[in-house]
Amino acid sequence: MPGTNLFEQQKRNLRRTAVILTGFVAFLVFLGIGSDFFLYGSGAGPGFPIATLGALLFGAGSSLWALKAGDRAVLDSANAVPIDPTDPRQRLLDNVIEEMAIAGGIPKPAVYLIPDPDPNAFATGSGPERSSVAVTAGLLDALNREELQAVVSHEMAHVKNYDVRLMTVVAALVGSVLLISDWGRRGIGWGGGRRRNGRGSGGGIVLLLFFVLWILSLLLAPLIARLVAMAVSREREYLADASGSELTRNPLALASALEKIDAAVAPTPSIKQGVAHLCIADPRGAVKEGEGGIAGLFATHPPISKRIALLKEMAYRG
Amino acid sequence: MGAIGGCFLFLVLIAVFAAIWAIWRYNNLISLKYQVANAWKQIDVQLKRRHDLIPNLIAAVKGEMQFEQDTLEKVIAARNSAVAARGVAETAEKENVLTQTLGRLFALAENYPALKANESVRTLMEELTSTENKVGFARQYYNDVATRFNTAQNVFPDSFIAQAFKFQPVELYQITEPAEREVPKVDLNIRPQ
Repeated sequence: MPGTNLFEQQKRNLRRTAVILTGFVAFLVFLGIGSDFFLYGSGAGPGFPIATLGALLFGAGSSLWALKAGDRAVLDSANAVPIDPTDPRQRLLDNVIEEMAIAGGIPKPAVYLIPDPDPNAFATGSGPERSSVAVTAGLLDALNREELQAVVSHEMAHVKNYDVRLMTVVAALVGSVLLISDWGRRGIGWGGGRRRNGRGSGGGIVLLLFFVLWILSLLLAPLIARLVAMAVSREREYLADASGSELTRNPLALASALEKIDAAVAPTPSIKQGVAHLCIADPRGAVKEGEGGIAGLFATHPPISKRIALLKEMAYRG
Repeated sequence: MGAIGGCFLFLVLIAVFAAIWAIWRYNNLISLKYQVANAWKQIDVQLKRRHDLIPNLIAAVKGEMQFEQDTLEKVIAARNSAVAARGVAETAEKENVLTQTLGRLFALAENYPALKANESVRTLMEELTSTENKVGFARQYYNDVATRFNTAQNVFPDSFIAQAFKFQPVELYQITEPAEREVPKVDLNIRPQ
C-alpha cells in the first residue's frame, strides 16, 4: 500500500470491510435462494423462502447472544484477573489505559491481567460503552511505557472501531453459511431434482447454470466463508494499527512493540483461538513471511514484518 | 390535477426536503458543540488533578532537594497562577509554563538517587507523569473535536445553517512558547560547596 497516510489508510480499510461484508451477506442470500428454489420451490413461483430466512435468523440470533454474554466467556477462558492497583507495574498499565481512553474520547475499559509469560493482549466487549482490555504478564514485563501505550492504543482502536461487534457478526455469518450449506447438501441427497421435472426448454440453460453454480457454492461454502472471515480480520488489524497510532501519534512505538512481540516466537497458550482476531498478535505465533501463502490466507493477522513496514511509513509521511 | 397543482406539489416536496436537511445539519452542529464542551471538561478534570498532586510531590521531595529551592518555588508559583487562570487561551499559556517547570523538576530529580529509591516519591512521579500524558491526550482530543466543529461550520452548504443560528468557531488549545522561557545560566565561578 504505497503512498498512504494514516487517515487515507483508515478510509480505505473501512471501504474494503464494507465491500467484503456486503459480499458475505449476498453469498448467504444466494445460497438461501438456491436452496429455496431447488429444494422447496413450487412451479407456481417463489414459495415461502424458508431456507433464506432460516439462515439469516440463525445468524442474527447467534450474534445477539455472543454480544450479550461473549466478553465474560472470553475473559474467563483466558484466566484473566482484574489488575491489582497496588502493584506499581499494574498501576502503570491502568494509567496507560486511562490515558488512551482519554485520547480516544471513550469511557475507560475494565483492565485485566493474564498470568502468561508470552507477550500478547486483547480487547473484548460489545462497544465503547462496555469493553475490557486484557494484557499478559509477559507483555507488561517486556515493554517500556511508550510501547505499552502503543499496544493499548491498538486494542483501544479495536474497541473504538466496533471490531468486536463486527467480528462477532462475521463469525455468526460464517456459522449461518455452514448451516445452510450443510442443509442444502443434505437436501440434494433426498429431495433434489424433483423441482426440475417438466420444465420447458426455454429457461433450461439459465436454470442449469444457476443450478451448477449453486451446487459449486454449496460445496465450497465452508472454505470460502473461513477465507473471507480471515480476510476481514486482517483488514481490521491494519485499521487498528493505523487508528491506534492516531491516538498516540507515535507509530514507531507500536512498530518497536511489535518487534519485541515478534521476537518472542512462542505461542500464547492462555488465549484461545476464538479471540485471536482481537489480539495484538496471533496467539498461535505469527505467520512469518508473505501474505500470499496458504498459511497467510488462513491467518487472523497480517505478517508482523509488513505491519511494521507500514507503521514506519506512516511515521515518515505523518 | 393540472400543471399548477403539479408545480405546487413539487415546491412543497422541495420545501419538506430542505426542512429535513436543515434539521439534520443543525443537529449535527449541536452535537459537535456539546462534544467540544465535554472535551474541554475532560482537560479541566486532568488539570485539577495535576494541581492537587503537585503540593504532595513538593512536600515529598523538599527534604532531599533543598539545594533546588529556586526550582521548587517556581513550580509552586506556576501551579498557583495556573489554578487562577480562566478561559482557553490563558489556561493554555499558564499550564504550559507549569509543564515546563515540572519538566525541569523531573530532570533535576534524576540527580538524586535517594529520591528514585523512595517508594512514595516514585508513585507520585508516575501519577504526575500519567497526569501530564492525560492532559496532553485530553488536549489532543479537544483540538480534534474543536477542529471538526469549526470545519462543520465552514463547509458549504452547512455554513448557511451555522450562520443562521449564529454558531461561533471555538478556540483551539494552542501551545505557545512562553516569553519567559528558561535560559540556562552558566556560572563558571568556582566556589567551595
